Amino acid sequence: MSVEKILFYIFSAILLGAAVLIVTRKNPVHSVLWLVVAFFNAAILWMMLEAEFLSIVLVLVYVGAVMVLFLFVVMMLDINITELRAGFVRNLPVAVLVAAVMMAEILLVVGSSHFGLDKVAAPVRHGADYNNTAELGFALFTDHLYAFEIAAVILLVGIIAAISLTLRKRPETKYQDPSKQISVKSTDRLKMVKMDGED
Amino acid sequence: MISLSEYLIVSALLFSISIAGIFLNRKNVLLLLMCIELMLLAVNLNFVAFSHYLNDLQGQIFVFFILTVAAAEAAIGLAILVVVFRTRRTINVDELKDLKG
Amino acid sequence: MMESILLTIVLAPLVGAAIAGLLRNQIGKAGAHWATILGVGTSCVLSMYILYLHAFAGAEVYNQSVYTWMVSDGLRFEVGFLIDRLTAMMMAVVTFVSLMVHIYTIGYMHDEDGYQRFFSYIALFTFSMLMLVMSNNFLQLFFGWEAVGLVSYLLIGFYFKKDTAVFANMKAFLVNRVGDFGFVLGIAAVAMYFNTLDYAEAFAAAPAFADTTINIWGDEQWSLMTVVCILLFIGAMGKSAQVPLHVWLPDSMEGPTPISALIHAATMVTAGIFMVARMSPLYEMSETALTFVLVIGATTAFFMGLIGIIQNDIKRVVAYSTLSQLGYMVAALGVSAYAAGLFHLMTHAFFKALLFLAAGSVIMGMHHDQDIRNMGGIRKYMPITHWTALLGSLALIGFPGFSGFFSKDAIIEAVHYSTIDGAGYAYVLLVAGVFLTALYSFRMYFLVFHGKGPRDEHAKDHLHESPWVVTLPLILLAIPSVFIGYFTVGDMVFGDYFNGILTVAPEHNTLGQIEFTSAWGFVMHAVHGVPLYLALGGLFAAWYVYTRKPGIASELRTRLDWAHFALDQKYGFDHFNQAVFAGGSRLLGKFFWNVGDKVIIDGIAVNGSAHTVGWLASVVRFIQTGYLYHYAFAVILGLLGLLTWFVVR
Repeated sequence: MSVEKILFYIFSAILLGAAVLIVTRKNPVHSVLWLVVAFFNAAILWMMLEAEFLSIVLVLVYVGAVMVLFLFVVMMLDINITELRAGFVRNLPVAVLVAAVMMAEILLVVGSSHFGLDKVAAPVRHGADYNNTAELGFALFTDHLYAFEIAAVILLVGIIAAISLTLRKRPETKYQDPSKQISVKSTDRLKMVKMDGED
Repeated sequence: MISLSEYLIVSALLFSISIAGIFLNRKNVLLLLMCIELMLLAVNLNFVAFSHYLNDLQGQIFVFFILTVAAAEAAIGLAILVVVFRTRRTINVDELKDLKG
Repeated sequence: MMESILLTIVLAPLVGAAIAGLLRNQIGKAGAHWATILGVGTSCVLSMYILYLHAFAGAEVYNQSVYTWMVSDGLRFEVGFLIDRLTAMMMAVVTFVSLMVHIYTIGYMHDEDGYQRFFSYIALFTFSMLMLVMSNNFLQLFFGWEAVGLVSYLLIGFYFKKDTAVFANMKAFLVNRVGDFGFVLGIAAVAMYFNTLDYAEAFAAAPAFADTTINIWGDEQWSLMTVVCILLFIGAMGKSAQVPLHVWLPDSMEGPTPISALIHAATMVTAGIFMVARMSPLYEMSETALTFVLVIGATTAFFMGLIGIIQNDIKRVVAYSTLSQLGYMVAALGVSAYAAGLFHLMTHAFFKALLFLAAGSVIMGMHHDQDIRNMGGIRKYMPITHWTALLGSLALIGFPGFSGFFSKDAIIEAVHYSTIDGAGYAYVLLVAGVFLTALYSFRMYFLVFHGKGPRDEHAKDHLHESPWVVTLPLILLAIPSVFIGYFTVGDMVFGDYFNGILTVAPEHNTLGQIEFTSAWGFVMHAVHGVPLYLALGGLFAAWYVYTRKPGIASELRTRLDWAHFALDQKYGFDHFNQAVFAGGSRLLGKFFWNVGDKVIIDGIAVNGSAHTVGWLASVVRFIQTGYLYHYAFAVILGLLGLLTWFVVR
C-alpha cells in the first residue's frame, strides 16, 4: 500500500466523516464548520488529482467567501433549533433507506468492475514544468470565452440580486440623496425677509 | 495506485450522505442549502476525477463554471433566506407553505 | 363577327339584369323594364337572325371556345358556343318567350313591390338559359343548369314574406339538388372516361366505350353508357320535373305568374329535354337508359295529367298540364324520337306560355283570386284573354291543325312504332293521356270563361280586360301556338332540319316509320286514329259535365272517393318525401346532433378536455402541498427512479 493510497484513504475518511457530522449536528454553526472541514479535504483530494488551480479556488472562494457567508447568516438569524430538529429521529430510517438504495445503485455503476485500474489506467504524472493554471486559463480564454463571459454576467446578476433582496430602507438612518442634492434651488435654502430697520 | 472507481465511490458516498441529510433536516432551510453544497461538491469531485483519469481538461472547466454558478446560487439563496426570516421571523419549512395548491 | 353576335346575345340580358338589379333605386320602374327589355329584345332579334342563318341560309355549324378558364391535366375548362340548328331553335324560343314575358310583366307586376328586382331576375334567367343552350361543353352546361336553378329559386321565393313561397322555393331547390347530384356524377363519369368536357370530343370518344362495363358496388358489372345516360337523365328528371322528382313544380306556382310561364312552363323545365336530345349520341348507345327514360316519361304524362283534373287553383291546373306535357316530351326521347320531343318542346313553349299568361290575365281580373270555382263567365269581360286562352287550350289538347296536334301526334305515333321495352305500356298511357289533357284543359276553360258570372258579385264590377302590355304578348304567342306546327312539322320532325345534330340508331328510327306526306296529309291521317277521338271525347266530356250537368262531377267524386283521395294527396309523394326524406334527414341530423355534436364534440372533445384538465389539475393540486421538502423528495425519488432504470437496463 503506497503512501499516496494511505493519504487518499485518510482524507476520504475525514471528508465522509465531516459530511456525516454536517447532517447530524444540532447546531447549524457546527454544521457550517464541519462543512469547512469537508471542503478542505475535498481540496486536498483535488490536489491529488492534479487539479491545483481548482483546489486553491475551492479553498479561497468556497471556504473563504461562501462558507463565511453561511456562517454570517447562521449567526445573524435568531432561530429556534429544537423546533427545526423535530422529526429527526422519525426520519432517520427513511433517510438511511433512501441513501442506502441510492448508494447501492451508484456502486453498481461505478464499482471497480467498470472503472477499476484495469479498465481506466491511472495517467502518467505530469512533470515539474506542467502548469495546471496556465493550461486551464488557456482553455478558458480561447475555447470557452463566451461561456466565461456569461459566467461573469451570472455573478454580476447574483451580486445585484443579493443586494437588492436584502437592502432595506431604514428611515432612522441618515444618508445622502445625490439627485436631490443636485436639483436643489436657491429659493429652497434662502429666504428673504423684510424687516424694519433698527436705529 | 488509486483507481478511478475509488474516487467515484467516495463521491457517491458523499452524495448519498447529503441525500440522507436532506431527509433528516427537512425543516431547516439552512441545512438544506448546505446539503446542496455538499452534493455539488460530490459532483465536482466526479468531474475532477474523470478529468484526471481521462486526461481531459474539459472536466475542470466544467467544475469552474459549476463553482461560479454555485457561488451565485448560494449568495442569492442566502439573501432570500434572510428576507424570508425578516418577514416571517422563521425559517421553518413547515410554516413556509404559501404555494400550496 | 359571329363571335361578337353570340356574345351580344348572351351578355345583353346580363347587362340588362345588372342595370335593373344594381341601379334599381336610380333608374326607377320604367328604367328597369326598359333596360331589360332592350337587352332581351336585342338578344331576341339577333337570335332570330341566327335562326334565319341556320334554317334558311344554310350557315355552317359554329363550334368554338371563346375563353379558356383553365387546363388541368389535359382536361380543358372552357366557355364556348356550339351553334347549330337545335341551338338556334332553342335560342329563338327562349328569347322570344322571354321577351313576351318581359312585356307582359309590365302590366302584371305594375303595383307590386320589388318590380325592378323581378325584371333583374328574369333578365338574369334569360342569360343563364342562353348559356345553357349555347354551350359546347359540359361545364358550361352545368353552369347554366345551376344558374337557371338559382334564378328559379329566387323567383319562386319572390314573395319571400309568404311562408308558402319560402317553403316552395326551398323544396324546389332541394329536389333539384337531388337531380343535380346525379347530373354532376354523370358529368364526372364523362370527364373520367372520355377525358374531355367538350361535346364533340365526348361524342367522338363515346363509341369506343360502347361495351365498357364498370363496377359500382359489389361484383355487379354495369354498362358504362347506361350508367352515364341514367345519371345525366336523373339531372334532367330534377330539372324537367319527372316522377318522382316532380314534386317541386306544382309548388313553384307560388311565384308570380309571368315566371311560371317563362321558367316553369316554357323554357327552364325543358332544359332536361334539350339536354337529353343534345346527348342523343350517348343515349343511342344504351337501350336500357332509353327504356328508363320512356317509362318515366309516360308515367309522368299520364299520372300527372290525372291530378290536373281535380285541381281548383287555375295555375296548378296549368302546372300539372305542364308536367304531363313534359312527360310526353320525355317519352318521345325514350323512343329516340328526339326531333318529335324537341318539336313538342317548341310548340309547348308557345301555347303553355300563352296559357299561363292568359291565366295570369284572369288572375289580375279576379284580383288575385286563383280558385276556378269562384270564376265563370269571364269571356264577356275579357274577350282577348278568352279567345287566346281558347286557342291555347285547343293547341294543348292537340286539336287537328293546331301546333300541339302535330307534335303530340308525332310522339304518339313514334311510341306506337317503337319496339324497345316499355313501349307498349307507354303507348297506352300516352293515348289515355290525350283524353285527360282535353278533359282538364277544357274543364278549366269552361269553368273560367263560361257559365254564370263570378261567384262573388262584387268581383264583376271591376272585371275588365287587361291593358295592352298584357294582351299584346297573348296575341303574339297565340299566333305561333296555332300556326307554327303546320308550317314546321314537315321540316323539323320528318325533314332534315336536325340532320347531323341528332343521332338515331337505325333500329330505333321510329319517326322514319311514320308515313308522312305533308302537314295536311298528317291532319287527314289523324281522322283514322284513336287520339283525335279521345281528345274530342275529353272536350265533350268537359263541356257536358261542367256546363250542362254540374251535378255529375260531385256525384263522381263521392262515388270514387278513394280515387279522389289519392289524386288529392298527389299519390302521397309529398307525404312520403316529407316523412321519409325530410323526416329521415331530420332524424339523422338529430342523431348527429345528439351523438356527434352534444356527446362527442361538446361532451368529449370540448367539455371533456376541460373536465380532464380540471380533474388532472385537482390531482396535481393535491401534489402541490407547498412544503419544500415534498418537492425535494419528489426530485430525489425521480432521481432514484431514473437511476434504477439506468442500472436495471
